[in-house]
Amino acid sequence: MYVYADNAATTALSPKALEAMLPYLQGEYGNASSLHSVGQRAAEALQKARDTVAEVIHADPKEIYFTGGGSEADNQAILSGAMAGARKGKKHLISTAFEHHAVLHTLKKLESQGFEVTLLDVHKNGVVSAEEVAAAIRPDTALVTIMFVNNEIGTIQPIGEIAKVCREKGVLFHTDAVQAVGHLPVDVQALGVDMLSMAAHKFHGPKGVGALYVRRGVPVVNVIEGGQQERGKRGGTENIAGIVGMAAALKEAVTDLEGHMAYVTGLREKLITGLTQIPHSCLNGDREKRVPGTVNLCFEGIEGEGLLLWLDAKGVAASSGSACTSGSLDPSHVLLALGLPHEIAHGSLRLSVDAWNTEEEVDHILQVVPEVVKYLRDMSPVWDELERGEATHLI
Amino acid sequence: MALYSDKVMDHFQNPRNVGKMEDADGIGEVGNAVCGDIMRMYIKVRDGIITDVKFITFGCGSAIASSSMATEMIKGKPIAEALELSNKAVAEALDGLPAHKLHCSVLAEEAVRAAVKDYYDKHGVAYDPAIFGCDSCAHGHDQAPGEA
Ligand SMILES: Cc1ncc(COP(=O)(O)O)c(C=O)c1O
Ligand SMILES: [Zn+2]
Repeated sequence: MYVYADNAATTALSPKALEAMLPYLQGEYGNASSLHSVGQRAAEALQKARDTVAEVIHADPKEIYFTGGGSEADNQAILSGAMAGARKGKKHLISTAFEHHAVLHTLKKLESQGFEVTLLDVHKNGVVSAEEVAAAIRPDTALVTIMFVNNEIGTIQPIGEIAKVCREKGVLFHTDAVQAVGHLPVDVQALGVDMLSMAAHKFHGPKGVGALYVRRGVPVVNVIEGGQQERGKRGGTENIAGIVGMAAALKEAVTDLEGHMAYVTGLREKLITGLTQIPHSCLNGDREKRVPGTVNLCFEGIEGEGLLLWLDAKGVAASSGSACTSGSLDPSHVLLALGLPHEIAHGSLRLSVDAWNTEEEVDHILQVVPEVVKYLRDMSPVWDELERGEATHLI
Repeated sequence: MALYSDKVMDHFQNPRNVGKMEDADGIGEVGNAVCGDIMRMYIKVRDGIITDVKFITFGCGSAIASSSMATEMIKGKPIAEALELSNKAVAEALDGLPAHKLHCSVLAEEAVRAAVKDYYDKHGVAYDPAIFGCDSCAHGHDQAPGEA
């Protein structure tokens, strides 16, 4: 049995999305900007996809901008918010320490261009509070950008409350909802957000396609200059097949969303219950405030890459925030932001399941992970020191 | 393209000489848990020959494979020869390592040297301290080649 438990990294393309895409990869090759009927059929497909995405998140179709993925949507949202602020002399940005690099690196770039960035603490449980956001807002704050669901640990942020605080203080609010859309109810009107990013490949759509929701009235800055596509805000001939696939996958993901959430939460709870029985392990991130499918644990005395390679050999695809996995000397910035010591963060494991996973697959994970952890501990000098009492357990 | 060569995967999944040694003549431990790789190497020495070697390693696939390969390369060899083992030789014997993983083979070389030094110290063997370089950069993780 080979279990794919890395759905937070990317997901398999849904057969329904593929079926919806195929015509636009084969006969329907039109350019949506062309006046002839071939092009107009493409334009129609594009419009239908926009309507679908808008309907799912409760937006107006004119508020949806298709992009080349989640990163581009994040870049565009942050640049738009920053530029809107800068025009009024506001050059302060607020975010958190555990955002995706698409957000953090964009903020870093803006910092080098004279913006000031405040990164809020995410605490031990990986959740920021609206009060802390309120306290960080200054008269010169242009934008607050805080992720909906953290990609590594799965914690959910109080997006509605944060949006309310921002609106009261007249500050734009963007949320990177790449890990939320298709997995949790997301209603931009009820939430009151100004901008929201999503990516198709996190909910069984194709890679390289995403969308940015921008509330009407918020000025949008281009990341890609070009023609009049996306109302002039994103140049380039549209990826019709990808966009159509995104809409089809999203529609499928939110059909019986509640049922899916209950089912996936069940799988996750089974994983947490089973794996936290491993001695000297800990669950990372808040126990309750988490997306249905993501679990992140640390196992003391072992290193994450070795764990991943063994799990792969034994039929489990997962991921880790260890330094050796990332190719840098530091473990994941997300785990460090939680205040985990390096030694512990190196032994992290992220399992992300979704509605495509089965009970049997979870049972396989529950059988394999403890075996591999034990094997690696038996050959670990760190574990040896802990066992002999020469070092003290941190977890 | 796979991250690792077949040889690396073989030594990772079937590590040679893995385990602890109760009656070692020398033990060397290098690296630290903050960096993410630690190797401990045990050697048995008879008449200047390394007759047995064992290792335990906390670290990535590359660290475990490098430890395993290094033990094979020094087992049955005179100490003088073991001291000449370079991280480059270990990496080559593994059919290469990704550039950002070369530091893991550096640790293997250092673990061997640390074990020999421990043997010398414990058995009152005189040596020129210069052959072991300076203590402060014994684990060399931060200045590892291939790390930008
Ligand atoms: C939270 C979050 N934001 C942004 C991204 C980037 O999305 P993409 O890979 O589609 O550019 C990802 C996924 O990689 C993510 O998990
Ligand atoms: Zn390593």
